[in-house]
Amino acid sequence: MFWWTRGSACSEAAALAMEAHVLSNVVTLLLVGGGLGALWRVRHDVVWRTAGRELVRRRPVALAVVGLYVLVALCDSYAWVGGREAVDGGDAVAVHEPRSVIDRLFPADFAEKSYSAPLAEHEFYGGAALRYPGRHVLGTDILGRDVLHLTLKGARVALLIGGFTSLIVIPLALVFGVAAGYFGRRVDDGVFFVMSTLASMPGLLLLIALIMVLGRGTLQVCLALGVTSWVGFCRVVRGETLKVRELEYVQAAAALGLSDLRIIVRHVLPNLTHLVVITFVLLFSGLVLSEAVLSWLGIGIDGSWGQMIDQARDELSRDPVIWWNLAAASTALFALILTVNVLGDALRDVLDPRTLRERL
Amino acid sequence: MIAYIVRRTLYGGVTVLGVLVFLFVLFFSVTTPDDIARRALGEKAPPEALAQWKVNHGYDKPALWNPGRPADTLLVEHFRRMLTFDFGRSDADDTPIADRLRRGVGPSLCLTVPLFVIGLALGIALALFVAFFRETYIDRAGVFVCVLAMSISMLLYIIGAQYLVGKLLRWFPISGFDASPDVLLRFLALPLLVGILSGEGSSVRFYRTVFVEEMSRDYVRTARAKGCSDGRIMWHHVLRNAAIPILTNVIIAIPFLFTGSILLESFFGIPGLGSVTVDAINGNDFATLRTMVYIGSLLFVAGQILTDISYVLVDPRVRLQ
Repeated sequence: MFWWTRGSACSEAAALAMEAHVLSNVVTLLLVGGGLGALWRVRHDVVWRTAGRELVRRRPVALAVVGLYVLVALCDSYAWVGGREAVDGGDAVAVHEPRSVIDRLFPADFAEKSYSAPLAEHEFYGGAALRYPGRHVLGTDILGRDVLHLTLKGARVALLIGGFTSLIVIPLALVFGVAAGYFGRRVDDGVFFVMSTLASMPGLLLLIALIMVLGRGTLQVCLALGVTSWVGFCRVVRGETLKVRELEYVQAAAALGLSDLRIIVRHVLPNLTHLVVITFVLLFSGLVLSEAVLSWLGIGIDGSWGQMIDQARDELSRDPVIWWNLAAASTALFALILTVNVLGDALRDVLDPRTLRERL
Repeated sequence: MIAYIVRRTLYGGVTVLGVLVFLFVLFFSVTTPDDIARRALGEKAPPEALAQWKVNHGYDKPALWNPGRPADTLLVEHFRRMLTFDFGRSDADDTPIADRLRRGVGPSLCLTVPLFVIGLALGIALALFVAFFRETYIDRAGVFVCVLAMSISMLLYIIGAQYLVGKLLRWFPISGFDASPDVLLRFLALPLLVGILSGEGSSVRFYRTVFVEEMSRDYVRTARAKGCSDGRIMWHHVLRNAAIPILTNVIIAIPFLFTGSILLESFFGIPGLGSVTVDAINGNDFATLRTMVYIGSLLFVAGQILTDISYVLVDPRVRLQ
């Protein structure tokens, strides 16, 4: 809490930055805790256990790659102020800005003046000596920032887009889908009308309109992505609820006089969890790709791979070509999307109730 | 049948009204006309200038309720304009929106129609080929290539094609558009190539799933038992039956040929409706954006109605309720 002792120069902005990183730390810890807790709860559940084992057996590489991305993103989400860092061969200085685990892998002023090629000793234009010769593994971008550092930080943004949007989409789709499927009639008509209205607006156009109206920023983009993508999931949930509602044990529960809420929570929702998992994974890659398109239209999220690709557009028309920025961002994006897609397909095979029954 | 079409159209009309209400909430309540004026003129604009701008662009009315004249509100105006296709003027440069739309439709269709036809034919052909060899290495490799193709961002396709074909090989111009027939194809070649490549992954995979599902049906076994050749089974039996699920996917896409492709058009400098949308984003042109969303949803509803009707025509098992 030393930041206000430095006097009035340390303004509200610093206080806000402080709070932002504390908040992000809390969210990160909650996420890790929640994830471990969920794993702990389902560890004895035979369905999830066999599904998990089967997934590890079928797609070990994809799981490992996705795990790596998650690890990098989590490391980048936990930041703190303080510590001392060596700068440019000189004495160590105290760090006043919150820096994440990933940031701390790099020196505090790990930047050059402008472009430099991967592992270059000199600047790309002009040929002046670099501050850190031969240490920028993937070179630097137009502002001299280390591309490897930026690419690693992009993982957090990508997972944030997918994760945060899913936090909007899944509850929304579950509430409306289950209500429509379970209660039917008027509720169903209402939900169906809302769904068909939203679905009839072209996705990308609606997305653009929402972001224009809500303003640009991480929260707004996620909100807009959520509004445009919950309908498809809601339709799936509604259909599945219609099926589950007719099952004998649900009818029996109703005959025993259980309340609707209890039937939904105890009997309907557990039958939808596999759908939630599958849809989450399949939705994820689409969301990250949409953000790349939005970045290109100038309404994306700061620090995403989409923005790096967007910036790299005219670097290709330079001579000699500056390729490392584009290559790093698009490889990172492609690898994540590919593994998530592969994992999603495997997950669908593993969790599909039709194949499930055969394995039990 | 006629009763069905009428009922279906009526429901489509209700959906369009829902879209209009949604657009009103979005563009007149979430962002108020004050916000729009401020974005057009800048944060520091004097209040008189803002008021004048609102008068010029027809935003100077109460939103929902005007005590003296109940019909003179933004809500009524919004519905009246949209339903009579009188879209007014752009918020950015005061050109009539209808003119822009009319000018943009041609170039958009030049790009989207060939893209649609070639993409569809190629997709079905490739999917038939892959499905024919199902459960073999050809099938598995095909599906994997599809997943690979789906995982590449559209941006990368565009940048890659412009660099490789346009800059290194110099086969086609990198971007631009000219409507005269002899050079049109040269300008369209690159966007067409990119559009087909980027879309084929998911469509081949979808069509393959449809075909494989059809191929496991009883009538295929019967056909084989009576001595049909594999080729005849694929072309004559499977393709015809698979046409029904494919039809839904295809007909719903037809109306969107008119709205063009936002990404391809703005990247390759084609002055179509997609470019109109991008200009609207860059110029904070809410009126044009609103109109584009409305037209998009109109076309979508029309496509849905067409799909339902074609369903009834093609599949005798579908009964009207």
